[in-house]
Amino acid sequence: MTYIAKPKFHHPGLKKNELGYTHRDYEGKISTLCAGCGHDSITASIIEACYELSIEPHRVAKISGIGCSSKTPDYFLGNSHGFNSVHGRMPSVLTGANLANRDLIYLGVSGDGDSASIGFGQFAHSIRRGVNMTYIVENNGVYGLTKGQFSATADRGSKSKKGVTNTDNAIDLVAIALQLGATFVARSFSGDKTQLVPLIAAAIRHKGASFIDVISPCIAFNNHAGSTKSFDYVREHNDAVNRLDVLVGRDPIAVDYAPGTVQMVEQHDGSRIALRKIDADYDPHDRLGAQTFLQKHAAKGQIVTGLLYVDPDAEDLHEHLNTVETPLNTLEADTLCPGSAMLDKFNASLR
Amino acid sequence: MSDKKPISSVNDFVVRFANVNGSGSASANEMFARAILRHGVPVSPRNIFPSNIQGLPTWYEVRVTEDGHLGARGGVDMMVAMNPQTWDKDVAGIEPGGYLFYDSTKPMPSTKFRDDITVIGVPLTAITNSTYTDPRQRQLFKNIIYLGALSALLDMDPKLIEQLIGEQYKGKEKLLSSNVHALHLGRDWALQNLKCPTGLRVKKSDKVGDRIFIEGNSAAALGAVYGGATVCAWYPITPSSSVAEAFTAHCKKYRHDPETGKAKYAIVQGEDELASIGIVIGASWNGARAFTATSGPGISLMTEFIGLSYFAEIPAVIMNIQRAGPSTGMPTRTQQCDIIACAYASHGDTKHVLLFPEDPAEAFEFAAAAFDLAERLQTTIFLMLDLDIGMNHRLCRPLKWDDAKQYDRGKVMTSEMLEEGRDFGRYLDVDGDGIPYRTYPGTHPTKGSYFTRGTSRDRYARYSEEGSVYADNMQRLMRKFETAQDLVPRPLQANAERPTKYGVIYFGSTTPAMDEAIGLLEARGHQLDRLRIRAFPFHSSVASFLAEHDFVYVVEQNRDSQLRQLIVNENGIDPVRLVPIVHYDGSPITARFIAKAIGDHQDHLKVTPLRKAVS
Repeated sequence: MTYIAKPKFHHPGLKKNELGYTHRDYEGKISTLCAGCGHDSITASIIEACYELSIEPHRVAKISGIGCSSKTPDYFLGNSHGFNSVHGRMPSVLTGANLANRDLIYLGVSGDGDSASIGFGQFAHSIRRGVNMTYIVENNGVYGLTKGQFSATADRGSKSKKGVTNTDNAIDLVAIALQLGATFVARSFSGDKTQLVPLIAAAIRHKGASFIDVISPCIAFNNHAGSTKSFDYVREHNDAVNRLDVLVGRDPIAVDYAPGTVQMVEQHDGSRIALRKIDADYDPHDRLGAQTFLQKHAAKGQIVTGLLYVDPDAEDLHEHLNTVETPLNTLEADTLCPGSAMLDKFNASLR
Repeated sequence: MSDKKPISSVNDFVVRFANVNGSGSASANEMFARAILRHGVPVSPRNIFPSNIQGLPTWYEVRVTEDGHLGARGGVDMMVAMNPQTWDKDVAGIEPGGYLFYDSTKPMPSTKFRDDITVIGVPLTAITNSTYTDPRQRQLFKNIIYLGALSALLDMDPKLIEQLIGEQYKGKEKLLSSNVHALHLGRDWALQNLKCPTGLRVKKSDKVGDRIFIEGNSAAALGAVYGGATVCAWYPITPSSSVAEAFTAHCKKYRHDPETGKAKYAIVQGEDELASIGIVIGASWNGARAFTATSGPGISLMTEFIGLSYFAEIPAVIMNIQRAGPSTGMPTRTQQCDIIACAYASHGDTKHVLLFPEDPAEAFEFAAAAFDLAERLQTTIFLMLDLDIGMNHRLCRPLKWDDAKQYDRGKVMTSEMLEEGRDFGRYLDVDGDGIPYRTYPGTHPTKGSYFTRGTSRDRYARYSEEGSVYADNMQRLMRKFETAQDLVPRPLQANAERPTKYGVIYFGSTTPAMDEAIGLLEARGHQLDRLRIRAFPFHSSVASFLAEHDFVYVVEQNRDSQLRQLIVNENGIDPVRLVPIVHYDGSPITARFIAKAIGDHQDHLKVTPLRKAVS
């Protein structure tokens, strides 16, 4: 529960984006999560990405399930509509919302319990359908709100705070998303804003199902020795395949990379992703290669981060369904109702 | 051979076809029913089918009823016994004096027949095999051949059947002529070899009028098209799947942009019922009219979302085509058994609006109205159909639509209203009717956004665990439910000719059987006032009706008398005065059943008190 109202005033010299909005216009309420929570860093990255992209805050719909991660949409984009729905069911709610109005930007925020356990099916099927969305899992490998139970993404052999060893195999949502046909798949770390912000920005600009798994240490229940989702563990085992920048319009976020290592990817909407390759052999357009790469590194205990796969020409659910360009929620009786003359004909066919 | 006089009846009898599922008999049987309609004689057909695709027994029953009694009658006057598996039971089910029509190609021992019925053997297999060589053709045309034989036995006009075949195979000349040929093969054989007609005859009449012949599921789906539904999410489940399938077909016909060919609708087959209702809730939250169709097990799965719809106040339309429960129950049998499950669906204190259409015409009207109600009341509206209405062709009045009608999109605060400085509190009761304003996502850059949640919050949608704030909201939701009373379809009352202390309440698919039962009861001297309930919450006239009568029968198709429970619970009345009349074996309720149950109770009530008798 938020007891403290967030002050609205800010420094008059605060930088403004293309639309004249400052960072503050993308913020939400004060977080009620634990101080130092990885999720708050992700919130900050979402704010940053939306600011950089000069998105009108109210044109974003934030949808989440239940859990610590699912509370976070209240903490960013305060002028957007948010929907903290049902545990594990964010993907279906988001799918419906997207069908109703294809003109908004859909940001789905979920957690590892929400997406890998109770909502595993909905996660899978929303990805399969190619819903145009940015699906972020704030993955801490633990049930925080209910105080420290293992989640389905907890690695086998990792230890809980109480010293219990996890004997179940872990679900790697990135591997699954690749298999299910997500057209933008990335992994990052909440503590690595430089990598995360452009990834979120690129995912938002991507048309189709974008999935980002963000390892986000739970400082209360999963940041101890023996955990494989702690700050120390992730920093030590992080293996980034690339760093990227998103270039939209006239004002690129940053381009300070040596040209020889940069690969440009043009997305459907005209924005470009500048990929600075760390692993020279890595090809982000090869779904099969990405899956193999991921498995090989997982076997070595390495957490691969970066943009793992992107299909710049992806289609989305609306294209599959061939829906009209006008948002369905704006259509009225004059275009939706066939009228009485049609009904008379229909009646006549049933006699 | 009959020692009982054969039944003799014109335009009033029941023919039942016993077939094997998957044998292609359905279309021939349906053509039989339609052909009788073309004689101007009402029919009421019913499919009795197993949860199976091929091989298990299936029946198709046609009640021919000049008087227009569209409920199931019970009993069989002519059995068309085409399934050896069910022979014994089928033969046993024929009314004394009735008729047995069978394939006499192979001789049957006389023990397989009855003495009190007329046995009519037609060598269908022999006729078929001497004409056709292809096995599939043999199977399909055998059905048309028995249709032809029946047309002679029942004195039907073959031209009317030919006309139907012509309509069905329009543009497919080869199929058309071969079907007509098969029809006459059967008809001619019967005319040459049998005494035609039998005591059962179809005579041309004019009792059909402008009525149409349609399945409730198709009508409800068309209601959704007319009512402006743009998003449909569903998961296959009998007996509701044909709602989504019909919606798809109707949309293909009526909802594509003529210029671009693009769809003004989106249909998603969800991975389960949870996803289906989730998609509906998401779409409705975002301002589209959305619905799902399901049956009992699907309702069970959807209940968490239904609670969210109630508490977070998000419109939703759920069409529940009820089947016999609990659990998987009898998936292909009819019941009205989800009344309580839907009225109070989900944990915590909830109440939901239910609509009870009596037939396809009302299913169309109520389906369209459900979207107005859902957006006006910002909550879930259940359209309570059942298998009997949903999956059977029913004769009903033509569907009607008023072109002047605009959709009631409910209380939606627009960008302009926000600009004017209107106070927006998502859960603020500004009009005293319990209904707050909502905004669609993306409405205004700085005003009108809010955070939707299933947790408790204040009038301005701010999270709160304050007891008083929570209670204030719960009371407003009650107020909203009271508002619903006057928005939903009202009960229809019909009084007996003479004043009476007795009344009967009924709803939905029980209606035609009830209407017929009233006649039977009157013939026994029982006068009853009738109230057909069409929606929950109950209108105040339900309470008045209860107050005006000493005893009220509540007729319904479930074991626990669920509507009665709901009436008792919501009106706080003495349950003794509400007499349950329940029918729940999965078959549709009949007038005979109702008349007997109520009649027996009435007779019992009228027994002279002992003290009076001995004094």
